[in-house]
Amino acid sequence: MATETLIWLLPLPPLLAFFLIVLFTNRNKALSHWIGVGAAALSWLGSMIVFVRALGVEHLGEHPFASAINWLPLGDTWLKIGVRIDPLSAVVLFFVGWTVFMIFLYSVGYHNYGQPEGDHDRPGLPPHGATATDEHGHEHAVPSVEPMYSRFFAFIGLFAFGMYTLVVSDNLLTLFVGWEIMGLCSYLLIGFWYGKKSARDAAIKAFMTTRIGDVFMLLGIAFLYTATGSLSYDVVFSERVLHALATTPAFFGLTAAGMIGLLLFIGAVGKSAQWPLHVWLPDAMEGPTPVSAMIHAATMVSAGVYMTIRIFPLFSAGWDGHGLTATMSIIAFIGAFTALFAATIAVAQNDIKRVLAYSTISQLGYMIAAIGIGAYVAAAFHLVTHAFFKALLFLGSGSVIHGMEHGVLHTGDHDVDPQDMFNMGGLYKKMPVTFWTFLIGGFALSGFPLVTAGFWSKDEIFADAFGHGHMAVFITLALAAFLTAFYTMRQITLSFLGKPRTGVAEHAQETPWTMTVPLMVLAIFAVTFGWVGIPEHFPGLGGLLPNWFHEFVGGTLAVRPEAVAFSMAPLLTSLGVALGGLFFGWLVYRKVQAGAVDPLKKVLGPVHTLLENKYYFDEAYDFLFVKPAYWLAETFTYKWIDRGLIDNILHSFGRAATWLGSALRNYFDLPFINRFVGDGSAAVVRKAGSELRYVETGRIQQYMIAAMSTLIVVGALLYYFFLA
Amino acid sequence: MTFPILSVIVFTPFVAGMLILLMPGERKTEIRMTALAAAAFALLLSIWVYFSYDVAAAGYQFQEQYSWLPALGIGYHVGVDGLSTPLVLLTGVVMFTGVLISWNIDDRPREFFAFLFILATGVFGVFVALDLFQLFFFYEIAVFPMYLLISIWGWVKTREYAAMKLTLYLFIGSVVALVGGLAMYWAAGAQSFDMLVLEQAGFSEAFQRTWFLPVFIGFAVLGGIFPFHNWSPDGHVAAPTAVSMFHAGVLMKLGAFAALRVGIMLLPEGAKHWAWLIMLLALVNVVYGAFIAMVQTDFKYVIGFSSVSHMGLVMMGFATLTKQGLTGSGVQMFSHGVMTALFFAAVGMVYNQAHTREIPKLGGFAKVMPFTAIGFIIGGLVSMGMPGFSGFVAEFPIFMGVWQVKPWIAILAAISIIITASYIMLVVRRVFFGDMPEEFVGHTHDVTVLDKVALTLLSVLMIGIGIFPALMVPMVQSGVENVLRLLGGA
Repeated sequence: MATETLIWLLPLPPLLAFFLIVLFTNRNKALSHWIGVGAAALSWLGSMIVFVRALGVEHLGEHPFASAINWLPLGDTWLKIGVRIDPLSAVVLFFVGWTVFMIFLYSVGYHNYGQPEGDHDRPGLPPHGATATDEHGHEHAVPSVEPMYSRFFAFIGLFAFGMYTLVVSDNLLTLFVGWEIMGLCSYLLIGFWYGKKSARDAAIKAFMTTRIGDVFMLLGIAFLYTATGSLSYDVVFSERVLHALATTPAFFGLTAAGMIGLLLFIGAVGKSAQWPLHVWLPDAMEGPTPVSAMIHAATMVSAGVYMTIRIFPLFSAGWDGHGLTATMSIIAFIGAFTALFAATIAVAQNDIKRVLAYSTISQLGYMIAAIGIGAYVAAAFHLVTHAFFKALLFLGSGSVIHGMEHGVLHTGDHDVDPQDMFNMGGLYKKMPVTFWTFLIGGFALSGFPLVTAGFWSKDEIFADAFGHGHMAVFITLALAAFLTAFYTMRQITLSFLGKPRTGVAEHAQETPWTMTVPLMVLAIFAVTFGWVGIPEHFPGLGGLLPNWFHEFVGGTLAVRPEAVAFSMAPLLTSLGVALGGLFFGWLVYRKVQAGAVDPLKKVLGPVHTLLENKYYFDEAYDFLFVKPAYWLAETFTYKWIDRGLIDNILHSFGRAATWLGSALRNYFDLPFINRFVGDGSAAVVRKAGSELRYVETGRIQQYMIAAMSTLIVVGALLYYFFLA
Repeated sequence: MTFPILSVIVFTPFVAGMLILLMPGERKTEIRMTALAAAAFALLLSIWVYFSYDVAAAGYQFQEQYSWLPALGIGYHVGVDGLSTPLVLLTGVVMFTGVLISWNIDDRPREFFAFLFILATGVFGVFVALDLFQLFFFYEIAVFPMYLLISIWGWVKTREYAAMKLTLYLFIGSVVALVGGLAMYWAAGAQSFDMLVLEQAGFSEAFQRTWFLPVFIGFAVLGGIFPFHNWSPDGHVAAPTAVSMFHAGVLMKLGAFAALRVGIMLLPEGAKHWAWLIMLLALVNVVYGAFIAMVQTDFKYVIGFSSVSHMGLVMMGFATLTKQGLTGSGVQMFSHGVMTALFFAAVGMVYNQAHTREIPKLGGFAKVMPFTAIGFIIGGLVSMGMPGFSGFVAEFPIFMGVWQVKPWIAILAAISIIITASYIMLVVRRVFFGDMPEEFVGHTHDVTVLDKVALTLLSVLMIGIGIFPALMVPMVQSGVENVLRLLGGA
């Protein structure tokens, strides 16, 4: 099959799966998951074929796989849509294919396929567990299968369609289409257990917050189209167009290129949960864990970063390689700030998934900061490695929760929160596969030197920031890296090491193969993927393997970026913060006893409370935006303007007309006409009078007269102003 | 002579209405069947017109012209262009689905369907009219039965108030516009009401600037333009389901369409002069309507105010006077018509079961009526402007057009996208999901097959155009080009 055709087909299997499951196989769980996983496998296979073929093309950047058709006629031109695989989208396709496929497979085990249906389970709530009788006649509490099992696979199928569409797009419009489909699926999947109020609220919060970003993105797209007449990458990122955009002034002192870049970037701020639109992501953890892994770690939130990398030529147009453009400074600031800010919150969270959520926000901040300072390849590199190790960590946490839930069922102790890390401990014995893979993921996240992928990608960002003299960004990111290693080790120590702190943790159990195999596969990538991007001049290791990633992805840009010169300072920093953070994390938390307070709380006191409450951002937003918006809508616009002012003006016209009518009747009609004019006209007058009286019967009819008088006034004014 | 297809479309509902009036009132099934047959016939013909319209040739097609009152220069002249063809189809669709949804109306169905069909004739008549007098004539025919339909079959609490409010607003609007029409007639001096003649009349700049506002606003009242929008939510809420569908789905387009056809196309210089004001009023519509919709607790009022907001987008697109903006508005008229018809149908289905529309009292209806829930969600996605649905195909060009003219207006109007998402989400969550209140459990049941057919038809249209915009956009564009010619040539 021609590669272009294959690329067109990539997104389709999951979409087809969505329809098949919704329309036909909804009632059959096995068939539904086979269709779902099968579709993911097909897309995965296609992606790998495309990826391999892409590797075989020399100068893929100049000659990408591309094909386009007309879609939306706009003015004199058609808005074309099409597919395109260049080096950047090829590597994204690689990790999307793997993570999506693994997460689909994992979902089978996660939703307890093969277990009995629970007696009290109902759609919209997580399964409560069931009782099963074994061959000896003993009754056991066992997990029960998810009641909306098929629906889950339908939704994640639709989601995968959105993600693949986004990746293979050759233009911002279909990218936006995929983007919105994912937003919708994110809403549906966060609110998957819609019986829980917290899940419903989280779903709406996620949708609305990202929607704010989307609106700006849409405006950016409108601006871009207005300015260039196209949305295709090869047109809008062509040198001619970029030059024109970079020399056109827009508003706020930005160039058109900078302005469009900024508007589009705000879309990414929402989607990738960057400060100040980060508030939705932690709450999104209400969704099932595969959803958190796929949507809120590996793919959808990465899409924001992917788009920012994609539009790099736009907001860096006119950049001379030294001082940053205005838009780049903003992006770098938001990224670096978010990286540190989210890391501080992660330190004080106790829910195993929430730690990861803040960690995701923080890591996405790294990438955004990297792209902001022009470290194009480093940002893309970290995007890929992060997708692997963060998906791994989320799936690992899901596995832990699953194991803990098993313990809950076994002990019958339903008060123990299976997600609270202080209830865990010692799980390394009970869940060895989960432990080792989690450890790998955690070390990759912390940037454990040399062996993990996270080290190489993070190191490249450090090197770039240092090498180009962006010291503020460098220091901020280094601090964040220290905290990252610290909270990661805190998480590992609290969950897996030491002794079980509750009976539940004592009875935790390793999860089935459908869950552990994806963990192992992702763990392999979390280690090896770093090796494709080892800098050439790295002491000892440099040059053993070619720095393939830099060469390959760098080729996406018209001017291939120079690899930054090697320097010891960032490397030592990187080593120091990673190892230091890991060590302190272990040191502080290694001996936490059951029921103990977080040792950090004793040291930090009120600061810890501030962190625990996420700097009170939710409360502040509620006070600053949500409440005023409702006040504006309810009290000001509806009560005062619409029902008050506008309706009252109408009603008072009505009243005035009634008054005029009765005045005419009582002071003119009755006293004068009736008295002085003979009986001959009396009948006519009475008729007129009764008609006038008619307006007094109800206030509705008064509108007629009211409006007539308005008409006369308006007519007179018009006459006065225009004709006279 | 070729088959007078447009006239047949226009008068089919009228003839059917008269037939229905002649039938004995207690033979309800026969009445319904007649109504359905007539609606299906009109729908088929409008589909036929839609697909045989030659986009490449553009211009007015399927023309018919007879003299009517030659002494006054009044003729019967019909024809459709790229802008009105989709609206004829829309009317056919809404009429057909309206009949399906009102199948179970038990209170005097004979009069109900007869009035509804007279209304439909009026609507078809306006969309195909090429004679100004004829346009007014049908316009009044469309407005009048509304009063009866609302005040007789409407919601008991507010029907009299709403029916009167609506009728007076619309009549007065049309009177103001009529004065403008007469002024044009005299100023042109051609002894003709034919709009193709009036287009070429070459009115003086001062004349156009004077009369544009009365004509445009006069018609736009029916499009719900701020601050003359207040009749619309009240009217929608009070009306029975099929009438709300007709009303918000088609009638509001009548206003916008006539404002375009008579206001902008006949007085292009005036349009250029006043575009800023229209844009501003439309902006208020868009944001203001969305804000109010967000805080309504009555399900139907939410939709009512959302119409105010979405119709604002139509008029905002008009006011850009650009190709993108006008094209977007053309598609938006169709898209919003279908969407809002679906919304009101869904509201009616929920109300029929729950007998309340208070959102806090509802919940969990997705389980008993999944079709309605899915239909409503699809409509919601359209109204949020989700890509892949017709709303995006309409709103994206509008925003693009507005951005060309006044970027800051586009930014302000974009607020409404966020607000729209919030109220749609809220309604979906509270009405269709969550827990069903005790009193409804076991007392509610799924909608009928006919309802499902209606919902499906409406949903398919919105998705179809969303995925294949080429089904409609080139046609609308061919109509828009004519408008632009008039704007450029004046």
